[in-house]
Amino acid sequence: MEWIFHPWPWYVGGPMIALIMFLLLFFGKNFGISSNLRTFCTICGAGKSNEFFNFDWKKQQWNLMVSAGAIIGGALASHFLSTDSSVAIHPDTITKLQDLSINSAGKAYLPEELFSMQALLQPKVLLILSIGGFLVGFGARYAGGCTSGHAISGLSNLQLVSLYAVIGFFIGGLFMNHFLLPHIL
Amino acid sequence: MRQLIFLIIGILFGITMYKSEAASWFRIYEMFQFKSFHMYGIIGSALVLGVLMIQIIKRYKLKSAYGELIVIPDKTKSFSRYAYGGIIFGLGWALAGACPGPIFTLIGAGFYPILIVLLFAILGTWVYGLIANKLPH
Repeated sequence: MEWIFHPWPWYVGGPMIALIMFLLLFFGKNFGISSNLRTFCTICGAGKSNEFFNFDWKKQQWNLMVSAGAIIGGALASHFLSTDSSVAIHPDTITKLQDLSINSAGKAYLPEELFSMQALLQPKVLLILSIGGFLVGFGARYAGGCTSGHAISGLSNLQLVSLYAVIGFFIGGLFMNHFLLPHIL
Repeated sequence: MRQLIFLIIGILFGITMYKSEAASWFRIYEMFQFKSFHMYGIIGSALVLGVLMIQIIKRYKLKSAYGELIVIPDKTKSFSRYAYGGIIFGLGWALAGACPGPIFTLIGAGFYPILIVLLFAILGTWVYGLIANKLPH
């Protein structure tokens, strides 16, 4: 059981995701996390003035439970199932990030330059987190799903449109990573 | 009781996201740099098993825990919404380094600045809903 405390290799992580998708199908549901963001809007009353948010959110309660579970799972994994949380990314990537003044590369789970409470004092960091979040939420709903809904469930069900979406994810991601991030960070 | 099952599935999902490092900004950055097989291995192996699983479910008409036929609805056919929406999502994924599943996982792991990402993701969803009928789909 020692392995559980180390970072899981891809051949454990990938099959676990497939298992989660299977469990959801077995209990009559479809895997898709970003739908919860729409449910939150509805719970906050967005359905009163807009048709898109006017649905019975109680039917999505199961998915809210999945996201609540994801929060608990993150807490359990980080507090009880990890000894060293630094992420061993490729040495070239570490050098590249250091050049962009992300010096926590290779030493932390998330860049301290973006995800520490201290970093929040910088307006630039606030902008990165808020714009990043906005694009994720807007894009996921526009595309009708995120990584779980398209890259995992949609492609597993051989949906051609999910392939369009995933190609889109990579066009956007590569453009941000190679052309925008070097100027932003 | 039924809800508890979904909470447990979610817990498994959160543990998997954290431990496989799919919730790490660094792994997402590295993926877009093509410097490691890790993320491709995770998504690829989940997909190979997922395709097999769904083929078996469909071929043998497997039933759910409640005795109903497992149906996986087809997605609406279109191009523009998936391409444009996908690109916008990708820009955000590479910037914030987290997609919706990991956002929840990271809250639990105690990285509280991710709450800003969550708040704005909800805001982004809301703005999409407001202008959806003006966008090409």
